[in-house]
Amino acid sequence: MLGYTIRRLLALVPVLLGLTVIVFAIMAMIPGDPATAILGSYATPENVARLNRELGLDRPLVEQYFIWLGNLAHGDLGRSYSLNRPVLDEVLERFSATLVLAGAALVLCTVFGLLIGIWTAARQYGLVDRVLTFVVLVGISIPSFWLGLLLILLFAVRLRWLPASGMQAIYGGGGLGDLAAHLVLPATTLAVVATGVIARLTRSAMLEVLRQDFIRTARAKGLGEGRVLYGHAFRAALVAIIPVIGVQAGFVLGGAVYIETVFQWPGVGGMLVTAISTRDVLLVQGGVLVVAASYVLFNLLADLAQTWLDPRVQT
Amino acid sequence: MTTLRLIWRNRLAAFGGIVLCAVVVVALLAPLLPLPDPDLTAPAERLKPPFSAGALLGTDHLGRDLLSRLIWGTRLSLAVGIAAAVIAAAIGSTIGIIAGFRGGRIDNLLMRGIDMLMAFPYILLALAIVAVLGPGLVNALYAVAAVNVPFFARNIRGVTVGLAHREFVDAARLSGKSGARLVFTEILPNVLPVIVIAMSTTIGWMILETAGLSFLGLGSQPPQADLGSMLGEGRKLLITAPHASIVPGVMIFLIVMSVNLLGDGVRDALDPRLRSGALSRPAAATEVRRKAATPAAGAGAGPLLAVEGLETEFQVGARVYRAVGGVDLAIAPGECLGLIGESGSGKSVTALSLLRLVASPPGVITAGAVRIGGEDTLAMKPEALRRIRGARVSYIFQDPLGTLHPLLRVGDQLVEAIRAHAPVPRRAAWARAVAMLERVQIPNAAARARSYPHELSGGMRQRVGIALALVNDPELVIADEPTTALDVTVQAGILAILDGLRRERGLSLLFITHDFGVVSQLCDRVAVMYAGRIVETGPTAEVLAAPRHPYTRRLIACVPEIGAGRRRLEAIPGLPPPVDALPEGCAFAPRCDKAAERCRTGQIALEGSGDRAVRCLFPEEVPA
Repeated sequence: MLGYTIRRLLALVPVLLGLTVIVFAIMAMIPGDPATAILGSYATPENVARLNRELGLDRPLVEQYFIWLGNLAHGDLGRSYSLNRPVLDEVLERFSATLVLAGAALVLCTVFGLLIGIWTAARQYGLVDRVLTFVVLVGISIPSFWLGLLLILLFAVRLRWLPASGMQAIYGGGGLGDLAAHLVLPATTLAVVATGVIARLTRSAMLEVLRQDFIRTARAKGLGEGRVLYGHAFRAALVAIIPVIGVQAGFVLGGAVYIETVFQWPGVGGMLVTAISTRDVLLVQGGVLVVAASYVLFNLLADLAQTWLDPRVQT
Repeated sequence: MTTLRLIWRNRLAAFGGIVLCAVVVVALLAPLLPLPDPDLTAPAERLKPPFSAGALLGTDHLGRDLLSRLIWGTRLSLAVGIAAAVIAAAIGSTIGIIAGFRGGRIDNLLMRGIDMLMAFPYILLALAIVAVLGPGLVNALYAVAAVNVPFFARNIRGVTVGLAHREFVDAARLSGKSGARLVFTEILPNVLPVIVIAMSTTIGWMILETAGLSFLGLGSQPPQADLGSMLGEGRKLLITAPHASIVPGVMIFLIVMSVNLLGDGVRDALDPRLRSGALSRPAAATEVRRKAATPAAGAGAGPLLAVEGLETEFQVGARVYRAVGGVDLAIAPGECLGLIGESGSGKSVTALSLLRLVASPPGVITAGAVRIGGEDTLAMKPEALRRIRGARVSYIFQDPLGTLHPLLRVGDQLVEAIRAHAPVPRRAAWARAVAMLERVQIPNAAARARSYPHELSGGMRQRVGIALALVNDPELVIADEPTTALDVTVQAGILAILDGLRRERGLSLLFITHDFGVVSQLCDRVAVMYAGRIVETGPTAEVLAAPRHPYTRRLIACVPEIGAGRRRLEAIPGLPPPVDALPEGCAFAPRCDKAAERCRTGQIALEGSGDRAVRCLFPEEVPA
């Protein structure tokens, strides 16, 4: 297991380098001249040329990449011109908020997705299965940004149970309870689609496993149905489910863009949307890079968890 | 054709199809419908609620008619979603076909690139692309198409790799066709259906994603409006005019939902396993639906196991496969009964029916009684049945790799069996498990108990299977072809262990096999099964020496004898009858050389004297 972990960590290096290449390439393709964007359209050509030289934008692209990569290694992602602060500071601050939201959503979708999947598989073609299967289908078809609006209308405007926006109350907020209250609606909204996807996969994986011979052996041993379902069938199905949870982490991180906009959550997604509108290239670059890297890391965790659960792939 | 009919039969998919068609037709007819100009502003009419005069769905903040904007917006969203799907499918499939067809370094290079793109969260990549191209509907379209390219590339590559090495492609290659012509004449026609299916399952996502980008203000720009930007505008008035956000949202939801319903229907229709019902989940115990009242139990102390008139069927759709058609068996304490027959004769189903372990659905026990110590397992409540399973009666199955849980240590699997029936502490149970593993002659049992099934050899695994069956000291063990999957040399060892334990513990044994050699070694009595019925029964030595049913005689003639010289091995001509179309009368008649007209009508009873019985009108003569 340790050797495998080290090998997987080493294999991560080219993936992360590839990420930096793609992010750099995308940003280098942006038409227009950052110096003009910074100085405004009234800048003199001399000033633009000088700023380009200072920013290193007159050098060959490959050289620019390595300079950028070197700065990245030092934790320097440049300076956001629209916010006038280091990109890294802004991105990390925003990303911590996104992590809270996405983490809560991921926990919700994993727990409920697995439970619904197991329940529906255990009662295949029964009433519970039919109803939940339909609910799941509705869940994966509903646009999350619209669902967010509906939930705000119901729970914040009509019932006034929960706050509609932000991460903390403006006055006297800051406690954990306050954060939780603000988190309920956005995290639920963000989790709905992923819950549906995990539930569907869990149902089919469970049905696949429940037909296997070793389930008959478990029953022939005289195990109770709960033990057969959770201890044997789910244990085997989980190996197929974990990679999908890893993929869902990507959907949750990406979907946070919408949810953060709808609920004005101060996360990296809302920041990206604003940064794209104001054409703050370095900020977009930094945001995309951090989120993508965290997704890669999360997939590594899913991968390691799968290996740990399945002794057959350990070598 | 069948596929279309299957989609139609799936009511939800049909519903999705109808809704989708309706939406598409309305969107296509938009220019012909008597709708007001969707972009015509009328400040006096602003924010009228739905169902007001002249505006069925109300108006937005600029007084524009929402119904008109909805239909035109739907038209735009559908067009953009479909265009994105076509572009993604075209580019992705091209990459996939090239990578799959060329293979080698090109494949490697392309697929590493695709993997790289997949390392990004989907929506994030779309955002980055929009950031490069700038906000706008066409740019959003490109972005959504681009992030879906990897999905098509991977799927189509997989299919192409499978095709590129098939015989018909090799044949075309040898006939001198060029690579490009091969792709267009041999690969593309076969890949096309996969591309279409992949499109049908992703198009909903693409409509949703472009709407999402528009919602964020990165897609369509005013005054042009698709469903997403309508929703984005409505959001600003969420509290004063909720209808402006509800209306476009309902439409996106309807479209995506109907696409998903239809996509599910298509996938189900194409999945052959669903048609056969193989994906049904077997219940904890086989369903019992007895046609007649249970036969009354005989008085006094009967045998340990008494099976009376057992019938088990598989009901798949309208077809009924009668695997067991009225079987009677009895086993006394300490006795070994061999149940022998060809594959498909119903012997395994008989064995599994005893403790209701036949997969159900589709299996149903339709008649008979199974008495263990006088109690009918077919009438038991689940908990009572569970207490017998693995405790008083246990099973040894055929394939020990498939029948042991692959992810649990063998010791833990034994511990679980012990603790399912007695409140033994974990440590004590583990010690008992190891002792049991030693009893079945597993070397170094303490260490092996920590192994996973895949780390053991076939023979070792079957020893674990025996240990699992015997660990709770059962009265009856049902062994279903326990040595069939093993090497001949290993078989002998397993049989010796089983026989030794049986004698030592005074177990009863029901031994199922197709091998008369094994029966003669192990069993006191034998019952021969054919097409779901017992055709002959008697003490092993007598049946072997003088078979009375023609089928038994032929079956014994199939067994090679060591040292018997060059005797001809006689296979039985023909096949057993299909169990959903059993002939009337004797099921063996079509293959029997003694069959007469009488054999093909009516029921033939299992009759005999003493402990021998045969189900035949013309039994073989017993030498005096």
